[in-house]
Amino acid sequence: MKRFFHNKNFTVGFVLSLVVVIAAAVSLLWTPYDANRMNARDRLQGPSWQHPLGTDQYGRDTLSRVMTGSVNSIIVGLVTVAIGLTLGVGLGLISAYFGRLADEAIMRFADLLFGFPAVLTAILITSILGPSMVNAMLAIGIFYIPVFARLTRAVAMVVWEREFIAAARACGISELGITWRHVLPNILSPLLIQGTIQFAVAILAEAGLSYLGLGTQPPHASWGRMLNEAQTFMDTNPWMAIFPGLAIAWSVLGFNLLGDGLRDTLDPKMVRVR
Amino acid sequence: MPEAPLLQVTGLVKHFPLGGGVLARPHAWVQAVSGVSFAVGRGESFGLVGESGCGKTTVGRMILRLIEPTDGRIEFDGQDILQLSRRQFAGLRRRMQIIFQDPYSSLDPRMTVEQIVTEPLRVDRRAGRRERSTIAVGLLDKVGLRAADLCKFPHEFSGGQRQRIGIARALCARPELIVADEPVSALDVSIQAQVINLLQDLQQEFGLSYIFISHDLSVVEHICSRIAVMYLGSIVELASAGSFSREPRHPYTVALLAAVPLPDPHRQSTAVPLEGDVPNPIDPPSGCPFHPRCRYVFNRCPVEKPPLVPAADGHLVACWLNDGRGVE
Repeated sequence: MKRFFHNKNFTVGFVLSLVVVIAAAVSLLWTPYDANRMNARDRLQGPSWQHPLGTDQYGRDTLSRVMTGSVNSIIVGLVTVAIGLTLGVGLGLISAYFGRLADEAIMRFADLLFGFPAVLTAILITSILGPSMVNAMLAIGIFYIPVFARLTRAVAMVVWEREFIAAARACGISELGITWRHVLPNILSPLLIQGTIQFAVAILAEAGLSYLGLGTQPPHASWGRMLNEAQTFMDTNPWMAIFPGLAIAWSVLGFNLLGDGLRDTLDPKMVRVR
Repeated sequence: MPEAPLLQVTGLVKHFPLGGGVLARPHAWVQAVSGVSFAVGRGESFGLVGESGCGKTTVGRMILRLIEPTDGRIEFDGQDILQLSRRQFAGLRRRMQIIFQDPYSSLDPRMTVEQIVTEPLRVDRRAGRRERSTIAVGLLDKVGLRAADLCKFPHEFSGGQRQRIGIARALCARPELIVADEPVSALDVSIQAQVINLLQDLQQEFGLSYIFISHDLSVVEHICSRIAVMYLGSIVELASAGSFSREPRHPYTVALLAAVPLPDPHRQSTAVPLEGDVPNPIDPPSGCPFHPRCRYVFNRCPVEKPPLVPAADGHLVACWLNDGRGVE
């Protein structure tokens, strides 16, 4: 554990992400105000002792909404990475093991997905399925499948060539058992690194979709949604946009640095995969 | 040789496809092994020697069905293992084990020593956790490692110690036959001797049969009772270890033996070193595979491949010169 904190990227990233996670955890139990309660008298305020981050056009407390929004962002990150990991790793393992036709089919499918501009297609998907947080997560998660599939294929192919695989076969371990006991543990660190980085990308993507009104729906708090609402009041009350914007930048930077730091410490040789 | 050999290999062939893909046919075949036959008795050490690329490793792996042969028969204890289904073969599998050349690649870096050496026990899940641990301690003791090493990871060991871990893993299945694929080639000379002695001690204790694969004749001569020399996928000479070095018959064996340095400064090497490179196994020479480099080549050599037949002194030799005269 100590060697991780020798890495500057990891340490900074860890602290930034930890703040986000703590904020989210606290908001589940307590927020300064009810994040959705309107208060006409306190509309559009700047930072004050009562409302440290100000209020929005309905008089809702921005701090409470940013805190609640972090839960939203973390859920999106977790779910999208989970979609990408389960399907992507599965397809990547199949591709690496069987090779030939299965490999060709899966990798061409991955190329196909890569060929679409991700954000535009996510917009398309959410407009077809209807705007909601679940559909936004689906739209983002689908684009993670080829990312993890390619990475898994590349690293798994290398592991299958190692001699301890032949040793396990000689011990009589089944191919599935070898995959579970030898291949997966040995490809875990690149997956962890990529997962952390994709987590950050997902937060940004969800904010983008919500900003366009295709993600989280009102009255639920989402950083992208908050930016969208703040747009109208940019002249009179810029604070409304600054804090959710900072929250997005903070968490994306945090998880990105965390991923970079993990890569530096876990896998100095790792090739960058898209 | 005992009457009923533990392992009988007959006409083993392996061709690897080269290139090709989903739609394209392979554009060439590497003829890694072309018709190898030999037998290994119980408790015997059989040596397989040859240059790199001669197919000796492929032979070793085919015996354990880590590579499926293109053609041939492998009989283990009277059973043709190539006819068995994967499930039927699983029972036989434990009776054959393998030790690898590279002690770094052959141990899973994510596993502890205990997990590595008890891996063969995983298959039938009969052994409980406590029992596995006891077995692991016993195995480590046999190969000269300490019980305290159980929870360590492979990267904490030296090459020689790693090779001992690999040997312990092979022993765990209580095998009758161990294919040792260049087990000491990657080790320092001082460590080589230790590992070879360990292998010999274990052979005594458990009555193991070894197929000892190496490119180093002196190592093989030390541990093996019979030796086969391979060249370009075929056995060119097969003889007992002693007579082998005294009276090599095949021209290739003569050259190989001449290449072994002798610890005697006064003795001048009389043999002419081999010229040229090993031919490409994609396009092997016609007739005798050795004829392009052979000093005694004559008109029959490029035309017909010589069979492996007994010579006067019991050597099996694949050479057209083999009419009792030997090679001088």
